[in-house]
Amino acid sequence: MFERDMVGSKAVKSASLPGVLAVLAALAGALLASAPPVSALPGGHVKVRAIPAFARKYGLPCSACHTAWPELNNFGQVFRDNGYQLMNDRDSPIWQNPTYFPITIRITPNWHLENTTNQPVDSVPGDATSPTVSKTLQMNGFDLSGMDFWNTGTLFKNISFSILPSSNAAAQFHFENAFVRFDNMVHTSWLNFRFGRFELDNLISEKRFLFLSANGGLYQNYHFAPRGDTNNFGVGDNQLGVELAGHSANSYTRYSVAVLSSNEGTENLGSGSAPIPTIPAVNAGRTYDVFAAFSQAFSAGSQGYERFGAYAYVGERPTFALTAGGVPITGEGRGNKPFYRAGFAGDLFFLNSKLEFLPYYMHGYDNVYLGIAAPSNVPLATACPPTVTCRGPQWNGGFLETHYYYSPQLVFIGRYELIRMDQQAFSTNPGNQSNIDAYSIGYRWYPIMFSRAGLAFHNEFSITKSIGITPLSLDGVAPLAANGKVWSSSLFIGFDFAF
Amino acid sequence: MKPRFGVLALFLGAAGLLLTVGAAPSLAQIDINIHTVTGPMESHLGDVTGHSEPGKAYYRRYCIGCHGPSGDGNGENALWFDPTLGYLKPRDFTMATFKCRSTPTGTLPTDQDLSNAISRGFVTTNMPRWEALTEQQRADLVAFIKTFSAKWATLRAGAPINIPPEPAANMDSILRGRQMFQKMQCWKCHGPEGHGDGPSAPTLTDNKDNPIRPYNFASGSRFKCGETNQDLYKIFMTGLDGTPMPSFADVIQPNDAWDLVHFLRTLQPLDTPEAKAWKEWIGSHGKELKPIGAEEAPGGGQ
Repeated sequence: MFERDMVGSKAVKSASLPGVLAVLAALAGALLASAPPVSALPGGHVKVRAIPAFARKYGLPCSACHTAWPELNNFGQVFRDNGYQLMNDRDSPIWQNPTYFPITIRITPNWHLENTTNQPVDSVPGDATSPTVSKTLQMNGFDLSGMDFWNTGTLFKNISFSILPSSNAAAQFHFENAFVRFDNMVHTSWLNFRFGRFELDNLISEKRFLFLSANGGLYQNYHFAPRGDTNNFGVGDNQLGVELAGHSANSYTRYSVAVLSSNEGTENLGSGSAPIPTIPAVNAGRTYDVFAAFSQAFSAGSQGYERFGAYAYVGERPTFALTAGGVPITGEGRGNKPFYRAGFAGDLFFLNSKLEFLPYYMHGYDNVYLGIAAPSNVPLATACPPTVTCRGPQWNGGFLETHYYYSPQLVFIGRYELIRMDQQAFSTNPGNQSNIDAYSIGYRWYPIMFSRAGLAFHNEFSITKSIGITPLSLDGVAPLAANGKVWSSSLFIGFDFAF
Repeated sequence: MKPRFGVLALFLGAAGLLLTVGAAPSLAQIDINIHTVTGPMESHLGDVTGHSEPGKAYYRRYCIGCHGPSGDGNGENALWFDPTLGYLKPRDFTMATFKCRSTPTGTLPTDQDLSNAISRGFVTTNMPRWEALTEQQRADLVAFIKTFSAKWATLRAGAPINIPPEPAANMDSILRGRQMFQKMQCWKCHGPEGHGDGPSAPTLTDNKDNPIRPYNFASGSRFKCGETNQDLYKIFMTGLDGTPMPSFADVIQPNDAWDLVHFLRTLQPLDTPEAKAWKEWIGSHGKELKPIGAEEAPGGGQ
């Protein structure tokens, strides 16, 4: 499951795909038209996470730690890897003015449009018995994002913490993360121990990326599951567990190994509230998953630095639960079956670090029982329909994201992402079922850039084509046909600010 | 109005707002003007040549908040660095005076000195280690920093001082260093125990008349200008320009300087060979030592 605290998404009015394309064209034109004149420029879901509290603590401008906030540059990565410390012997709160409190607030008032094609609709509104037809649905209006209320910093030299109550637009809070970290253990940066709920050490962080719209504000690969699959895992979701991580002094070399509860970050051992209030608690697997990541960066002279990395997540999810009166007992998952996600990623800079490419690849596999949504205490021959071959679904996915930093205060962004099924769970499934293509373009302009607060004017257009499944943006539902295409698009204009 | 036209109108409206806001003087921070006094400069770090033009962009991204658009140390954050609380003001690049050098006092530092300072940062200040930057980026920054002072266009960097091989750090050397600490009156600023609390400490100011504190040897493992014995030796012999810490190059011999290095290492909370030898020795000979500090004049106490 994934956090989607940016926008709501229920369609209300019909439109056509050409209409969407017109909007795309308008956006592209506006991108050009709205770029500030060169003479005026110098020298020319919502996920978090820029932290003006740190800028205030250390007096550094946002651009010191962020390529464009909230995305970290390598200096920001080093700071984060060091446990939110500059390592200047003044990181402990004892050195801070007593009135300093490490709080950051971020929210994004916005206007957005959501448009989704091929949606099943009663032909007569209100009449459930009327024939279901497919229509394009659209909604638009002014809105709020969720809000982050982040407290993070150091408890003492080499002991850091983070508490992030995060709300949806209706102010329903959950703890997006909460952890304590023991940094630089035995006087080496290669040993750091974290305990609590935290973001996996993804080389390309979805928590600190530059897209905000419903369709663009998530990496499809980070939350994908084929149609009918019961695995709720998303590599972009924060998990509960422990992590051992290390890095070289300049963080060019980084590693992490995490052991995590097999419950998708659900508190109370899977029987409590889910990370997102609107998504029900999941069955806990009562086992542990493992995530490992490694990356290495290289200096490329005037181009900047280039980072390459690999990762793997190996886990299990239950396929059924103990029941009471036939009702599943939450948190008592059984019949765990394995899955994995593995791949590589990069962070590549060119043109004096003005141009950035973020390539990403993932291969995914779920056990056949997860793929066909069958309890594993039933023989596969029974669970699998006659004349159908059942197999563990497999897929390949990836994206290429690019940023052009005209200056620290203006960045143009774009991304193409795809997922292609390699093996369907049911041999009778259409070969392209669950495939996804996603496109996003936009820009962020930061009219102010100093060390106290941040403000960004954000414009983005994102469009996703998914086949036979509910768009991961949750804009709409699955189409009627198993291989029906759903185009879901978002146009997003907002003021993203953090203090 | 059909929805898509409404969308277009709103989007174009937003674009118009962007243009309007972009032109508004009240939000003109995007138009930061960086003031330099020389033309393009270069730096040389081994095989890497730095250029001031890309360095300008890095300066704007990383440095301007403290060092300011004119490089005079009056960035927006300088106001909040209170020297009376031990927080040094940001360096004023227009004066071309630098503490950490390998060159004699009064001379310009080498490009490598400046790059080392950027990489190392300054412990106990808000100047972080910028070792996350690539060597090319640091070289570009060094080149750009030089555009803030005309000295870089007319003067050459000094020649790095010679650092002779370090003699053995035995007790004899440590005790001689202790005598040097007394004789050279280091204690007047740094205090008898090296805690930075000597009798002159409250009166010290830097070259911009800001209060400045002597280094407290008990505060940690690093010095402002490095952490090795060679770094400490260099500090004696080059001085920290712009601060009350003078160069002793014309006053003490290299061996004396090394003795002083070995003694100062015993003042730090570190498990150094010097500290280990000192602890063993002081346990049995402590009473033989005269306290460091002002010696009583004949007939003292009158």
